[in-house]
Amino acid sequence: MTLHLPAIAILLPLLSAPICVAVRHALVTRLLTVAVGWGSLAVSGELLRQALSGAPIHYELGGFAPPLGIEYVIDTTTGYVLVIVSTIAAVVFSFGATTRGAALPAGREHLYYGAMLLCLAGLLGMTITGDAFNVFVFLEISSLSSYALIGLGQDRRAPVAAFSYLIMGTIGGTFFLLGIGFLYQATGTLNMADMAERLASLHRSRTVHVAFGFLTVGLSLKLAVFPLHQWLPNAYARAPAVISAFLSATATKVMYYVLVRMIFTIFGATFVFGKMGMDMALVPLSLGAMFVGSLAAIFQTDLKRLLAYSSVAQIGYMTLGLSFNSVNGLTGGLAHLFNHALMKGGLFLAVACLVYRVGSSRLDDLAGLGKCMPITSAAFVTGGLALIGVPATVGFISKWYLVLAALETGQYLFAGLILLSSLLAVAYVLRVVEVLYFKAPKSPDVREAPVSLLLPTWILIGATVVFGLRTELTAGLARSAAMQLLGAGS
Amino acid sequence: MIELFPDLPVGYLVMLGALLIPVVPRRLVGPYMLALPVLGLVQLWSLPLGHTVDLSLAGLEIQPTRVDRLSRIFGTIFHMAALLGALYALHVKDRLQHVAALVYAGSAIAAAFAGDLISLFINWELTAISSVFLIWARRTERAYTVGLRYLVIQVLSGVLLLAGAISWYAETGSLAFERMELSGIGSWLIFLSFGIKAAFPFLHNWLQDAYPEATVTGTVFLSAFTTKLAIYALCRGFAGTELLIPIGATMTAFPIFFAVIENDMRRVLAYSLNNQLGYMVVGIGIGTEMSINGTAAHAFAHIIYKALLFMSMGAVLHRVGTIKAAELGGLYKSMPLTTVFCMIGALAISAFPFLSGFVSKSMIMTAAADEHYTITFVVLLFASAGVCDHSGIKIPFFTFFAHDSGKRCKEAPINMLLAMGTAAALCVLIGIFPDYLYALLPHDVAYNAYTVTHVVTQLQLLMFAGLAFGVMMRAGIYPPELNAVNIDFDWTYRRAIPALWSQLRTGLVVADQTFRRDYLARTASLLVSGSRETYSPKGRMGEPWATGPSSLIAAVLLGAFLLLYYF
Repeated sequence: MTLHLPAIAILLPLLSAPICVAVRHALVTRLLTVAVGWGSLAVSGELLRQALSGAPIHYELGGFAPPLGIEYVIDTTTGYVLVIVSTIAAVVFSFGATTRGAALPAGREHLYYGAMLLCLAGLLGMTITGDAFNVFVFLEISSLSSYALIGLGQDRRAPVAAFSYLIMGTIGGTFFLLGIGFLYQATGTLNMADMAERLASLHRSRTVHVAFGFLTVGLSLKLAVFPLHQWLPNAYARAPAVISAFLSATATKVMYYVLVRMIFTIFGATFVFGKMGMDMALVPLSLGAMFVGSLAAIFQTDLKRLLAYSSVAQIGYMTLGLSFNSVNGLTGGLAHLFNHALMKGGLFLAVACLVYRVGSSRLDDLAGLGKCMPITSAAFVTGGLALIGVPATVGFISKWYLVLAALETGQYLFAGLILLSSLLAVAYVLRVVEVLYFKAPKSPDVREAPVSLLLPTWILIGATVVFGLRTELTAGLARSAAMQLLGAGS
Repeated sequence: MIELFPDLPVGYLVMLGALLIPVVPRRLVGPYMLALPVLGLVQLWSLPLGHTVDLSLAGLEIQPTRVDRLSRIFGTIFHMAALLGALYALHVKDRLQHVAALVYAGSAIAAAFAGDLISLFINWELTAISSVFLIWARRTERAYTVGLRYLVIQVLSGVLLLAGAISWYAETGSLAFERMELSGIGSWLIFLSFGIKAAFPFLHNWLQDAYPEATVTGTVFLSAFTTKLAIYALCRGFAGTELLIPIGATMTAFPIFFAVIENDMRRVLAYSLNNQLGYMVVGIGIGTEMSINGTAAHAFAHIIYKALLFMSMGAVLHRVGTIKAAELGGLYKSMPLTTVFCMIGALAISAFPFLSGFVSKSMIMTAAADEHYTITFVVLLFASAGVCDHSGIKIPFFTFFAHDSGKRCKEAPINMLLAMGTAAALCVLIGIFPDYLYALLPHDVAYNAYTVTHVVTQLQLLMFAGLAFGVMMRAGIYPPELNAVNIDFDWTYRRAIPALWSQLRTGLVVADQTFRRDYLARTASLLVSGSRETYSPKGRMGEPWATGPSSLIAAVLLGAFLLLYYF
C-alpha cells in the first residue's frame, strides 16, 4: 500500500470525479468530496514525511522504467507543495460541503464536485510527476476543470470570464507544449532528470534557447505574471468566492512550483540566470506586478476583484524571490507559496461568508457589516494583516526573507520597494476595514454566517497566525527545499 | 519580592487586558479599566532590574522585555498616564475608544521595554495602528481624513524602523536595541524613524495636524505616549549624538511663533508639546549623565502636566462644545475647579518654582550650561519665556478669563475632575519633593534644583514674560478689536511694528498651512489623485483587458524573451 502511495495520491481524486458525476446524488457526492480532500491531505503528509526522512522517492508508474515510462518523483519541495495543495483542498471542500457554501443552483452540485476533484487531481499530478509531457497533461486537466468551475458562477458574466480565461489559458498551455516539444527535439527525452543531464552539454543550442523562451512565457501566463495577469482578476471576481478561494490558493502556486522545477531542475540556475539572464526580465516584471497589482487593488469597488489584484502583487513577491537566485530569496518565495495560500484562501472564504449573507461582494453592499458579522469581519481583518505582513502573521516571515535576500546582495533599492509596496497593501486592506467598521450598515438585521462556514474560514485564518509564530514548518521546510533545489541546480 | 507574571512581557498585561473590555459587564468596565494600569505597574515594580524575557521568533532571538532604570522610569510614567487617561475617560460609553486607548498605552509600554529592534518595531506599529482609532472615533469626515494622514506618517515611521533594523542586522549581525552610532544606512533609517515620531522640525506636522482632531479623551492619551516613546528610543539609541542638540534647540524655538497665533487651544498645546520635546531632544544630544537624567525627569513631569492641560481643555470642549480662543472667555465662573487645575498645569509647564516643570527643566538647562553650549542655552532660555507666554498665560487667560463670552455651563464631570486633580497634585508633589523623582532616574546624580541662582533666574524670566503679556494687553483698545485679540493675540505687535509683523505673520501662517495641511495632504494623496484614473476599475490598469490585447502582449513578451535569450 505505502509502496503505491504516489499513484494513490493522484488516482484518489481522479477516479472519484467520474463517480461524483455518475452518482448525481447531492449528499453522497458532497461527503465523497470531503473525504477525498482529507484523504489527499493524509497521503500527501505521509509522502512528505517519507521524502524528508530519506532520499527522494522515485515511483515508476505501471512498472515501466523511465525514460520510456512515466516516473513520479517526490523530494522535499514536491512534498511541501503537495501538502499545501491538499490542505487547501481539504478545508475548501469542507467549506463547500454545504450547499450554502458553494452558492450553486441545486441539481448541478455533482458537476461542481466533479470539477473540483478533477482540478485537484491535475494540480497534484503536475506537482508529483517527473515527466515533462505529463506535466502538460495534468496542466490541461486542471485548467479545463477550472474553466468549468469559473463558468459555474451565478454571475451572468461568469461564462464570458471563463471563456476569456480559456483562451488565455490555452495560449499559455500551447506555449508550454511547444517548449516541451522543442526540448524533446533537442534532447530526445521527456523525463526531467534525463533532460537535465543531456541539457548540460546543449547550453549553446538555439533550439534549447527557443524552448526556454516558450516555456517562460507559457508558464508566466498561467502564473499570471505581470503583464500577463489580466485573465486573473476577471476569472476570480466572477467565479463563486469558494472557487476563487480554491483556485487562488492552489492553481497559481502549482504553476510557481512548475516554474521553479523548470529553472532549477531541468535547465539549472547557471544556464537560466548566468547564460540567459532571465532575472533581468523577471525582476522588473515582478516589481511591476507588486506595484500595479497593489495600486489596482486600492481602487477596486468589488471585494473579490480587490483580492484578485492583490494576488497579482503577491505573485510578484514570489517571482522576485525566485529571481534573487539565492537560498534566502528562494526560501522567501517558497515560504510565501504556503503563506499566501493560507491567507488568500482564508480571505476568499471570508468573502464567501459575506456573500452568503449579503448576496454581493461589492464594497458598497458590505458597509457596516463589522457589527452584524463580527466573526467573519475579524477573520478578514486578520487575513488582511497577514497580507500586509504585520509581524506575528505569516506575511511577515516571507517578507523578512525577501528583504534579507535583497540586502545580502546589496540591492537596497529592492528592499525599499518591497517595504513600500507593503504600504500599498495597508491602503487596500484599510479601505475594506473602513467599509466594514466605520460605515453605517445598509441593512442592520444581517446575521453572522453559520458555523459550518466560519469554521473552515478560521482554520485557514488561524493558521496564518499560528504559522506566523511557529515557523519551523513553513520557513524551515521552505529553506531545506530551497537548499535542495539550489544544490541540485548548480 | 515575589515576581508577578515574570514571563509576561511588561505592557502586554494592559494590551491584552484591553482586548477583553468588550466582554466585561457594563458596570465593571470602569473598575476594570482602572485596574489594568495599576496591575501593570505592580507587575513592573515586582520585577528586579536586569530582568529579561527572551523568546525565539522565526529563528531570531528576541527580547520583548528588558527591565533597566531607563526603561523603568518611562514604563512607570506610561502606566501612570494610562491610569490618569482611563480615569479621565470613564464617562465615555464608546468601548471602541477604551480598547484602542489601552491597547495603545500597553503597546507603548511594551515598546519602552523592548530589548531588540524587532519587538520595538512590533510595538511601534501597534501604537500607530491602535492610536488612529482615537482620532477616527470622533466619527466625522474630517477626523477620518486627518486620521488617515496621521496613520500614513506613523506607519511610514514603522516601515523605516523595520528597514533600518534589517539593514542594521545585515551590517552588525545583531538585533539588540542598544546605543548606536550614526554610521551606515541602518542607523540613519532608524534615526529618521525615531525622528518622525519625535516630531523633529519638518517632520513634525502630523502632530499639530492630528492631535487637535482626536476625541476629547483621545488627545489626552495621544499626548502622553507616541512622542515620549520616541524620546525614550532616542535616549536608548542615540544618547550623546551631537546632531540632536541643534535639532532640539530648533524644536524649542520655532513652535512658539505658531502657538502664539493659533486660535484652536488644543492646537496651541500641540505646538507647545513640540517645544517641550525640544528640551528633551537637547538633553539627549548633550548625552551626559546629568542631561539624560534631565530628559527622563522632564519626560516624566511633562507627561503629567501636558496631560493635565489637555484634560482641562478637553473638559472645556466637552462642556462648551468649542475650543476656539475667540469663542471662549470668562469660564472661571462656571468651571472654577477646572480653572484651578488648568492654572497649575500652566504654571508647571512654565517651570514655576515648586512645580514639576521647574525641577526637571532646570536639569537640562544646567547640563547645557555645564557643557558650554552657550547658544543652545540662550535659545532654551528664550524658549522658556515663550512657553510661559503661550502655554502659561495664553491658555488659561483666554479660556477662563479675558472678556466674558457669556457662555455658562456645568463644571466638568466628576471623573474628569478627579483625573485633573490627581495630575495637579502630582505636579505640586514633584515640585516640592523632587527627590522621589530623582531617585527613579537612570543615573545616580546629586542634584539640587532649588539653588538661589536657579530660582531667581527662573522667577525673573517668568516675571518678565508676564510683564510683557500685561503690557501688550494694556496697550490695546478693547471693545471693537476684542475678537481680533482673541483670535490672534497679535494686535499689539501689529500696532508696534505693523508692516513687518503682518508680513511675518502672513508668511508664518502660509508656511504653517502649507506644511500642515497641503504638504501632508499631498504626500498622502500624491499617489491617489494621480493613479485613480489609471488604476480604477474604469482605468487602463484597473480594468481587465479584452482577450485580444492580452494575447498580443503574450506574443510581444514571447518575442522579447526570445531576443533576451538569443543574445
